[in-house]
Amino acid sequence: MIWLTWRQFRAQTIVTSAALAVVGVVLAATGLHLMHLFDASGVATCHAHGNCATLADKFINLFKAGAANSSLFYGSIGVLYLAPALIGVFWGAPLVAREIEAGTFRLAWNQSVTRTRWLAVKLGLTGLAAMATAGMLSLAVTWWAGPIDQALQFNSSPEGAGLTRLAPEVFGARGIAPVGYAVLALAIGVTAGVLIRRTIPAMATTLAAYAGVLLAWPNWIRPHLITPLRSIVPLNPAAINGVMTPNNTQMTVIAAANKPGAWIISNQTIAPSGHLFTGPATQACLSRTASFQACQASIGRLHLRQLISYQPASRFWAFQWYEAGIFLTLALALAGFCFWWIRRRLT
Amino acid sequence: MTAILHSRALGKRYRQRWALSDCTLQIPEGRVVGLVGPNGAGKTTLLHLATGLLAPTSGTIEVLGQVPAASPAQLAKVGFVAQDTPTYPSLTVADHLTLGAHMNPHWDGDLASHRIRQLRLDLRQKAGRLSGGQRAQLALTLALAKRPELLILDEPVASLDPLARREFLQVLTEVTAEQELSIVLSSHLVSDLERVCDYLIVLAGSRVQVAGSVDELQASHYQLTGPRNDHAALPASWLVIADNHTDGQRTLVVRTDRRVIDPAWTTSPIAMEDLVLAYMSQAALAAGRQPLLEAQS
Repeated sequence: MIWLTWRQFRAQTIVTSAALAVVGVVLAATGLHLMHLFDASGVATCHAHGNCATLADKFINLFKAGAANSSLFYGSIGVLYLAPALIGVFWGAPLVAREIEAGTFRLAWNQSVTRTRWLAVKLGLTGLAAMATAGMLSLAVTWWAGPIDQALQFNSSPEGAGLTRLAPEVFGARGIAPVGYAVLALAIGVTAGVLIRRTIPAMATTLAAYAGVLLAWPNWIRPHLITPLRSIVPLNPAAINGVMTPNNTQMTVIAAANKPGAWIISNQTIAPSGHLFTGPATQACLSRTASFQACQASIGRLHLRQLISYQPASRFWAFQWYEAGIFLTLALALAGFCFWWIRRRLT
Repeated sequence: MTAILHSRALGKRYRQRWALSDCTLQIPEGRVVGLVGPNGAGKTTLLHLATGLLAPTSGTIEVLGQVPAASPAQLAKVGFVAQDTPTYPSLTVADHLTLGAHMNPHWDGDLASHRIRQLRLDLRQKAGRLSGGQRAQLALTLALAKRPELLILDEPVASLDPLARREFLQVLTEVTAEQELSIVLSSHLVSDLERVCDYLIVLAGSRVQVAGSVDELQASHYQLTGPRNDHAALPASWLVIADNHTDGQRTLVVRTDRRVIDPAWTTSPIAMEDLVLAYMSQAALAAGRQPLLEAQS
């Protein structure tokens, strides 16, 4: 059974290994340079001098100046989200569906191997391959992006906050979360194949389901895995970076969160009454001639406070373990369903 | 005598439709069993139940004393060549043999390579590029080299051209002579089965119409020709399977334990094909339809 699984999986293994090798070479070649750049920047030892933010900013600017760095940064994230999708679509969906579609299950299930064992070996080996692929890919990308991830921990600009390793878009492309994604995508694929029994529709369903999980998870579920921290501080007028006056009475104020490395879930400005501040607008902010500084100062006199709900940077690994664990559990549940279905219902 | 296949009130329903119902069978070992019936009669359903690919909706089935596909040991004892003889198109002939060797404890590698040589199949050829006949032979080789006690073949020759069909059945006859093996094979054509089978099961309208050894069937069925006389009472011991009227004649197919000695009837031994057709027509009439098989006779 192991031989058959390997033989049927051989082409995929070769293609995947080649793809991993290409990614590995590209990341290694550029990553070493980034490491030198990071060592030279002094960010690693900045705590001793207390100038982390400045040094980190300098490094980030140097990083951005590198021609391919930004594309590699975003590209590697894309690759890590894409890999589980490919695993689900090209390994998972056809695993059982193709056998049913081509009628070869009638050959496979009449060798001296029970259906349960047949599926167990197939799922087991493919699952391990999925974990290894996603794990290696994530290891390479996490290593490559290590310097920039570290520098971003000290950066509190809104732009930087969206790119820390805890930010929703980046989180799934670091650490062990991708392993969970890959296994879940595989399980979704196999389940779709078992239920739909046709390869192409199963592939499409797998892609849609995985995309759905990828969209829903960071938006609705991940923020609540650990109760976010709340911080209420007097609003620092200098941190205000956005003022909106939709009409002559209303005004909303947005200020930088100043939580380096954290994942900001919500950031609100509240009035002394404790409600969300929506106005009235100050004269300085309505005026077309007054400067932004004057507007900031006028808001400063309103005694507003800033309410931030956030996940601190220190929770990165806790989230990683939660996510990988939950996704693995979901994948196991789907696998269990496949076993049940293939024994009891697929008859 | 041990039964290789024993089913009691076996039934299989797909949603609303019963593909097989109330099937009680006891097939003795050492036979070449022909399972014959029109398309959609439930042949594949019965064979899939016998191989454990399907689970029964009602009733029970035991093959070689065990529930089909219940254990690797039971699976090892049953060889199966499914309809359209599925093989893995992207795997070579050699790969298929390796597959068989890895997945079957009693695999007979010598038998497999001997047969492949005999068939002049190229080991490096992908199964997807084989002709229908070659693919069927490869599938048969896989099933035989497993050294099963029972070999089940579902319409093995349906998609083969006449020459390949004859070769395949020839091989099957040789195999039965060489190996101690029971065989169950299905077909919708009696002519395919007549040459190799010594036991017959007629399946029509999702029910077993008749089952028995060819000798028994021939000894208990008669084709009778007599004058057309609608009012004559037939003996109570006659079970009339078919009753056809032509201009001046009446032709009956009857089943009876006793010898027919009525001088009003001309008795002739019945050909298997006529017997099968009689049962199929009866089933079709009972189902309120036109006989399905006229075109094939």
